[in-house]
Amino acid sequence: MATSIRAAAEDGSAPPSAPRRTGPAAAPPRSAWRSRLYRLDLKASPYAYIAPFFLCFAAFGLFPLIWTGWLSLHRVDLLNTDVMDWRGVDNYTRLWDTDQFWNALRNTFTIGVISTVPQLLMALGLAHLLNYRLRGRGFFRVAILAPYATSIAAATLVFVQLFNPDYGMINWFLSLAGIEHTDWYADTWPSQIAISTIVTWRWTGYNALIYLAAMQAVPKDLYEAASLDGASRWQQFTKVTIPSIRPTILFTIIVSTIGATQLFGEPMLFGGGVGVSGGSAHQFQTLSLYMYELGWPSRQLGRASAVAWTMLLILLLIGAVNLLIARRNRSKLGG
Amino acid sequence: MRTTRPRRAAVLATTALATTALLLTGCSSSAKSGSDGSSSAAGGEKITLTVGDFGTFGYKEAGLYDAYMAAHPNITIKYDTTQDGQKYWDALTTHLASGSGLADIQAVEVGYIAQAAGTLGDKFTDLGKADGVSAGAWLPWKSKQATTANGALIGLGTDIGPMAVCYRKDLFQQAGLPTDRESVGKLWQGDWSKFVEAGKTYQAKAPAGTFFTDSASGLFNAALSSEKDQYSDASGKLVYKDSAGVKKAWDIAVSASQAKISAGLRQFQDNWNAAFTNAKFATVVCPSWMTGIISKYSGDSGKGKWDIAQAPVASNWGGAFLTVPKAGKHQKEAAALAAWLTAPEQQAKVFTKVGNLPSTTAGLQLPAVQSAKLDYFGDTPTGQIYATTAQSILPAAIGENDGTVKTIITDNGILDIEQHGTDPAKAWSNVNKLIADKVNG
Repeated sequence: MATSIRAAAEDGSAPPSAPRRTGPAAAPPRSAWRSRLYRLDLKASPYAYIAPFFLCFAAFGLFPLIWTGWLSLHRVDLLNTDVMDWRGVDNYTRLWDTDQFWNALRNTFTIGVISTVPQLLMALGLAHLLNYRLRGRGFFRVAILAPYATSIAAATLVFVQLFNPDYGMINWFLSLAGIEHTDWYADTWPSQIAISTIVTWRWTGYNALIYLAAMQAVPKDLYEAASLDGASRWQQFTKVTIPSIRPTILFTIIVSTIGATQLFGEPMLFGGGVGVSGGSAHQFQTLSLYMYELGWPSRQLGRASAVAWTMLLILLLIGAVNLLIARRNRSKLGG
Repeated sequence: MRTTRPRRAAVLATTALATTALLLTGCSSSAKSGSDGSSSAAGGEKITLTVGDFGTFGYKEAGLYDAYMAAHPNITIKYDTTQDGQKYWDALTTHLASGSGLADIQAVEVGYIAQAAGTLGDKFTDLGKADGVSAGAWLPWKSKQATTANGALIGLGTDIGPMAVCYRKDLFQQAGLPTDRESVGKLWQGDWSKFVEAGKTYQAKAPAGTFFTDSASGLFNAALSSEKDQYSDASGKLVYKDSAGVKKAWDIAVSASQAKISAGLRQFQDNWNAAFTNAKFATVVCPSWMTGIISKYSGDSGKGKWDIAQAPVASNWGGAFLTVPKAGKHQKEAAALAAWLTAPEQQAKVFTKVGNLPSTTAGLQLPAVQSAKLDYFGDTPTGQIYATTAQSILPAAIGENDGTVKTIITDNGILDIEQHGTDPAKAWSNVNKLIADKVNG
């Protein structure tokens, strides 16, 4: 609207209140060029405005993606990337036959589940509490975002100290409760739980804020109506809040799943000297760590690329499943 | 020379940056960049030289950087030390691949020098022709390790690691073992398996919460170092599977782990460092560079309590080289600094400060080394013990993949047995699988 008013005013042929469309036929011949420019502007400008993103995406997203795919069909040494020996799908079939890959896939899944599920549940609860009228609400809302603002490295180094099997605070607390010596570094489940704790600690507040924003958009009269009908707080939460923010919940599930699939920094740093291999028995090696181990310490870029592409396929698969669930939910709600 | 700790964040960050850079440039521009010579600082132009190393090289501790800067007012030296030698090497290879992020001088550990002089040979300058370097100054086998097939000397030897066993007199006494270094050495003279036997004697009467030795992996390295057959044969081919030396060292490490005489720590990691402070183990296999680590982490509480006895078999563990990557901006000045740092007088100063034994023949002969006594170890004639052992070292062949194989055997094999009680046969087959996966790309 604004553009058309401006164009019309420049023509001088009509006042701002003139009809919205100024046809080229109605304009004097002098402005035919202008009008063509104007139409070009209307059609092409939006593309020009969004172009920077897509150019950046092509350069830094699409190209590396395709290049990685190309690499994954070759044998490439990290230190001599000029030499590429064609391998076909060998890198992929070899992954299929490697125990370490399956182990990494399993670890990624278990760590993903034990970090994402409690994380989202806690975030939901926190958001619900913050949605009440409480004193110092602003402070608490900012405070729950603090872990997210901490760097992974700093947070993990602190947690490494806390979980230290010999001198750590957590084992000290557990020993007060009569639980003796849990080896948070070397044993499979304890080490995975420790890593999940770091992930949960960092991301709970972030998700809580997203939920909070969604909750604030839920109309107040729904709650009033519910409380008039005699619904308790808990019933309001389960019957009003949860259904209202369902799309947001789905969004956080997708984002967290992607994050969990790409988990790298926490296990890497948690493992200290043996972080790259995810512990002495690969007990907490994730797919990303396996990719890094293949590509960098072992210098086999081709095989690392194969892992990268496999991860991408897994993510697409997860995305598809989520989409199906979302569609089913929507049709359920709609019907 | 190696060790571990912090700087993880820094290393990770640099690695991540390098990784990103590599991915972004499609890994294509890397091979040649920055290799076409370098501008040298003319006359009094101010330049900054950077040095990257790992563990404790002792240059700062011995005041060598300051001395060099005082003598060369136009040069400023900056250094960056990573504690974990494995992480250092992983980051360094990435930097070499991308030709960026490299320091003017980069240290390389002996386990990786074959790789540096082989596959990576053309990424380093030939120091054999640099000013102030005479290739004959080093022990012959030391220089040979850093020489490429074309005869280029890419690394100047810093230290060597003739081995001994450091032990705590107070813990030995409490466990009813002898404490003077002669009798202690006799306990295990001639064979590493006697060392394990002595460990069982210790463990029977050990003070509560202490172990005979720090880690079975350390023991593995020590026992392997005294073998003639190691991971690779003379042609550089990997023969670890059929190597009598690897088999023997593996068995010794496994027997130590099963006899529970080892504290099961991973060397150069936080808990290992802390265990020094808390006197958790009574012995640590102790190449000369290890003395610096002991005094650093045992601290005041351990002063005067450590002594050094002969190892069962003379051998060498560790030692490093200084290289000058071609990607550096000031190759000429860097080579001069590297030559100065590894000259006999400077090596002797480093030895008296942190215990890294000279790798030059002249350095080993210097009175300052021969008569040295490390303050921390009381009246122990450290210099004499190590310089004597240095003479009887029989160097073994090293291959390109030795460092990788060693890391897998110690970190994924022996550590796994120690921490999870994995069946040794299963652990060994795991090791084979991992090596096949990592080495034969």
